Amino acid sequence: MSDFITLSLFASMLHLSIPVILPMLGGLLCERSGVVNIGLEGMMLGGAFGGVAFSYLTGNPWLGLAGAMSTGALAGGLLAVMSVSLRGDQVIGSTAINLIGAGLTAALVPIIWGIDGTTPSVPKVPTPPLPLVGDLPLIGPLLAEFSLIDIIAFGLVFLVWWVLMRTDMGLRLRACGESAVAADAAGIDVTRVRFIAVTLSGVLAALGGAYLSIVTLDLFQASMTQGRGFLALAAMVFGKWRVGPAFLVCLGFGLADAVALRAQIFTDDLPHDLLFALPYVLALVALATFVGRASGPADVGKPFRRA
Amino acid sequence: MSAPSVHKAAAIRLTGIDKRFGAVHANRAIDLSVAPGSIHGLLGENGAGKSTLMKILFGMIHADEGRVEIDGTPVAFRSSAEALSAGIGMVQQHFSLIPAFSVVENLIMGRARGSVLSRLTRKLDLKAAAERAQELSDRFGFGIDPLAKVATLSVGARQKVEILKALWGGARTLVLDEPTAALSPPEADELYAVLHRLRSEGTTIVLISHKMPEIMHLCDRVTVLRDGAVVGEAELAGQALDEPAVRQPIEAALVNMMIGRDKPELPERAPLEGPVILDIRGLTDGTRLGPIDLKVHGGEIVAVVGVEGNGQSELVELLMGLRKARDGMIGIDNHNVVDWPTQRRLDAGLAHISEDRHATGVADTMSLIDNASIGFVDGAPFSGSPLSLSQKQRRIFTEVLIEQHKVRTPSPDLPMASLSGGNQQKLVVGRELARAPRLMIAAQPTRGLDIGSTVAVQDALLRLRAEGNAVLLLSLDLNEVFAIADRLVVLRKGRIVGTMQSADFDIDQIGRWMSGAVEHVATKPEETDPQTLEAAS
Repeated sequence: MSDFITLSLFASMLHLSIPVILPMLGGLLCERSGVVNIGLEGMMLGGAFGGVAFSYLTGNPWLGLAGAMSTGALAGGLLAVMSVSLRGDQVIGSTAINLIGAGLTAALVPIIWGIDGTTPSVPKVPTPPLPLVGDLPLIGPLLAEFSLIDIIAFGLVFLVWWVLMRTDMGLRLRACGESAVAADAAGIDVTRVRFIAVTLSGVLAALGGAYLSIVTLDLFQASMTQGRGFLALAAMVFGKWRVGPAFLVCLGFGLADAVALRAQIFTDDLPHDLLFALPYVLALVALATFVGRASGPADVGKPFRRA
Repeated sequence: MSAPSVHKAAAIRLTGIDKRFGAVHANRAIDLSVAPGSIHGLLGENGAGKSTLMKILFGMIHADEGRVEIDGTPVAFRSSAEALSAGIGMVQQHFSLIPAFSVVENLIMGRARGSVLSRLTRKLDLKAAAERAQELSDRFGFGIDPLAKVATLSVGARQKVEILKALWGGARTLVLDEPTAALSPPEADELYAVLHRLRSEGTTIVLISHKMPEIMHLCDRVTVLRDGAVVGEAELAGQALDEPAVRQPIEAALVNMMIGRDKPELPERAPLEGPVILDIRGLTDGTRLGPIDLKVHGGEIVAVVGVEGNGQSELVELLMGLRKARDGMIGIDNHNVVDWPTQRRLDAGLAHISEDRHATGVADTMSLIDNASIGFVDGAPFSGSPLSLSQKQRRIFTEVLIEQHKVRTPSPDLPMASLSGGNQQKLVVGRELARAPRLMIAAQPTRGLDIGSTVAVQDALLRLRAEGNAVLLLSLDLNEVFAIADRLVVLRKGRIVGTMQSADFDIDQIGRWMSGAVEHVATKPEETDPQTLEAAS
């Protein structure tokens, strides 16, 4: 058992949680501003695809990452136009994003590469371990498992929390989610704040997708996000729309993933598919049993129009 | 307060304000001048144009014609933000606070200036803001904790936070739209004290209200609007309003100006003593209400009063069968109906004027005919069986209701939403009366209605009483309770903490019961057990 619970299990948990954490941050920003976003999955797929495509076309994985962010901004912007500017139904709008994200990316693979399903390898973002930290006592060996890009991902958790809870912009954003009318009366441009938040959620979700496709792997495969966008949504709800708790839930999903991977090596008896369903089962159980009445932002889901 | 000096520029001067919304002429060439440092009342019925006028002042609506001057300087506000920066603050009827935020967060929301980058990175200084808020609160006697979450505050405290918010923005002139509509008498008194304090510090206040005692108590001068036009003004400062001989003629004249005729009088009512119709014993829902005991006799109107949210809605839902009782019994005409479904209770003679007309009273998009004939399933006056409704009978039924209750509408085929609130309510009341109820539960039956409609609804309840039926009235308006109730009970935190016969009605005692400030119980309430008294003290 001591072989099972090791430093590398812990490291693997952190790695596996990143592609859930990033879209969770996006979803949280979006919903705290008052817009329901169940389109995270589609935005992730867009980002995963955009990253691979741009990396392939430019030969530079960093430009691939930039491409993924642009794709996410496009997907987020599309949702913002539908649900904020045109005041369409937010659930239907984000469902459309999911459908477009899954369909379009799968259809573009054969158009660009001439083959169905999985793309060939493309240049991936280099992940050299951080210099020097390996020599630190205690946490050194753990930190040595991470590259700059991982640290940035975890830094974003703090950054989103800081902006949301400690700055004027965050207060404005939360005000739009709690009561658009009150925010408007206080001179806040609700439409603009929500538009920006929804677009940003696309960027963050796309980064999560790109982390899978050009950081962890070096290819794109249709539906490769495997519902992580929805897991992110579950983490956000389970964390009651708060950054800290939602982050912990993401780590929990990461741990379940890591354990499933591990168990695969240690036992042959358990069917692998069942093990990989673990995070999803966990999400279901968590949402059904522990959450109780989830308390989201009061004005979420309601399009805003000035009287 | 001295009379406004001719030499000082008016704090607000509106000249020839005219505004049309389509066919509605909302403001007709209105002139209004408010002296600095005074409290100026704006009196009028619903739809008289008060709110429109103030929204024009505040830059939320643009006038078709007319001029606005602030402190002698002509202005043309394009938005409420511009009005705010010119020192005009408005407290709307609907709260514009965010319950999930603290008081201080509500105050600073949207106020920060500076570059986007600094607002994105620099830490909000909540501590300094809280100190400033505390200072303001102490100066004007608000007694508000700036770090408290708004959701935990009472309605009265929220009203003060609204005012604090306007002052925070630098308002020197405050416009208050019906500020005491949802307050208990002690809360309203506290608010009056705050307004007096503000005036003595030099703040100019415009008070929109249709409550006569409030106008008489607070205002230095009052302007009366009717049908979009100024119909009169009165100077109140310097009058000996404590003398009934001075006050009553002024009040009568103001009411006459406001509604265009003398106030309709309610008929005299003789005491009636019928059998017990409603008999509640030990009723509780296990959370928000009870256990309570309450009897209502035939020929009696019993009012349930209390600060909003002290179990009134729960009581209504329990009686209607919309909420499950944990314990206790509800007797209607000697049947225990506590386990009966709603329809069976209606058949047993229950009727209900609901508190929130839009949520549970009417279907906005359906026609008057549909709304009038809804809810009659068995023995309806227009159907032989539940499966076939006679269109003709329904139309006749609706036309009779419209006629009887003076509902103003061009046609019964129009959607309910085309009616004014007062006319919608008259139709609802008519529909419920048509059930020939033994027990009428009237929840806020006149909220938001003008004087004419209010008297019509109250008159209908009194006629029901005269026929020997029971009425349970839930009202936030004590004037209404005093006008028509035979007895009142005070509900606080889900318990009955006091009861009083109409002959002994004492507003101060009721206020103490409502706010829970009962040090010694002066009159011994009947029908309360020791447990409830304990809860009250």
